[in-house]
Amino acid sequence: MTKYMLTVHGTVDDPEFDLEAMQPVFEAVDVVNKKMMDAGIWVFGGGLEAIDVSTTVDNTGAEPIVTDGPFAESKEWVGGFWILDLPDLDAALEWATEASKACAGKVEVRPFQADT
Amino acid sequence: MDSQLAIERIYREEYGRIVASLVRRFGDIDIAEEAAGEALLAAVEKWPVDGVPPNPGGWLTTTAGNRAIDKLRRESHRDAKHQAAYMLSDDTPHEPTGIVEDDRLRLIFTCCHPALAPEARVALTLRLLGGLTVAEIAQAFLVPETTMAQRITRAKKKISVAKIPYRVPSAADLGERVDGVLAVLYLVFNEGYLSSSADSSPIRDELTAEAIRLARILRQLLPGVPEVTGLLALMLLTEARRSVRVADGQLVTLDEQDRGGWDRALIEEGHALVRECLETGRPGQYQLLAAVNAVHTDAPSAADTDWGQVATLYSQLYALTRSPIVALNRLIAVAELDGPEVALAQVDRLPLEHYHPWHATRADLLRRLGRSAESREAYDAALALTDNEAERAYLTRRRGQLG
Repeated sequence: MTKYMLTVHGTVDDPEFDLEAMQPVFEAVDVVNKKMMDAGIWVFGGGLEAIDVSTTVDNTGAEPIVTDGPFAESKEWVGGFWILDLPDLDAALEWATEASKACAGKVEVRPFQADT
Repeated sequence: MDSQLAIERIYREEYGRIVASLVRRFGDIDIAEEAAGEALLAAVEKWPVDGVPPNPGGWLTTTAGNRAIDKLRRESHRDAKHQAAYMLSDDTPHEPTGIVEDDRLRLIFTCCHPALAPEARVALTLRLLGGLTVAEIAQAFLVPETTMAQRITRAKKKISVAKIPYRVPSAADLGERVDGVLAVLYLVFNEGYLSSSADSSPIRDELTAEAIRLARILRQLLPGVPEVTGLLALMLLTEARRSVRVADGQLVTLDEQDRGGWDRALIEEGHALVRECLETGRPGQYQLLAAVNAVHTDAPSAADTDWGQVATLYSQLYALTRSPIVALNRLIAVAELDGPEVALAQVDRLPLEHYHPWHATRADLLRRLGRSAESREAYDAALALTDNEAERAYLTRRRGQLG
């Protein structure tokens, strides 16, 4: 079995966050989450708060530096993700197909390194 | 020297089968390729002395399997996967039917997996199933060998790391995935048949031959999929006209081809396959294109062509694809049926300004209508959009014939 990360990206083109409009998406995602748990493949998953509340820590120099905001200005960022334990890429792509539909966004599939 | 050539021919023929069987057994493409290479070296050493064994493919597969196991045993730090792999015994007989064939089918679905870049699918298929060397594939697609090597290495790494399975897809996905495999084979064929590029020979036999060989294998493996049969028929009926398609470095269009130079054996085989498709009654795009080619190759002369049938087939194809290119091809038949003026009015409405055959078709229709100045402009536009020397020579000649 291999662990795969299924990532949903937020982009600068996304409409303003609207809790009410997002309600059907939340419900669809809940259904998929439940299905993943029932299938016994769920490792972890969740949605992230907006990018503007992120903080970057850089301790690669002499002193750690804490900065407000993401580490790179980007038009795209991680909005949420699932980590699933699956036999192969075909299985991952199948779940990603459902996940993409549910969260109404593109889903990127990436395997974890072995022994993770 | 002769035996060397014979060994290489056998090796090339058997390569896909050997590698596919080793990939199934060891679960690793690199191990499979390396062992297959060592088996070739062993054959080159032994066969000229001992003679070619009665079942050369079986000999190569067994030898390659043994070499792979030896290598895995020698390696000081093997991971659990390899440990497990060399513990497996392989009793599969090396025969052209059954599970060994399934190995190749599995591998072709891996090579043509949608998670790989299209150009990587083509390269991997030619490398692993076709047994072409990286240098040959690089040459065929006119990219530097290092680029092609990187492309193939990257794709193999993705198969291994992301765990693209070696498996025939489930029935639910089979249709779509077969379409992906057929698209790869058709791309290989077309790249060989009419190269889009300037500095290569217009027709590259090795690619068309390889595409046909792989299509034949796929048909053996999936006899119940009519589109597979359709693609093979399409390739055969196209290939049948190859020897007269270019003369003196110039493209010869269907109406001007010497039909006596067509390969009757390929045409008969193609026609039989098209009939088989018709009986199945589940038309698809390759079957319909094959049927169009069957109509053309059925006519003793261009004037005898059943254009009504061609137009009908393209209409069916258009209903499936909604492709303006298909619409353009249908209008070429319409021009024969209802005259160039009727066809031109519809051709002009197609959004194909960047497609050189659209300009070439317009040029021909305008020429037939006596509108020489506009025809000349259309030939110029077509010439500006193609690099193929044979096609350029043809278009230049036709432009020169304008009054």
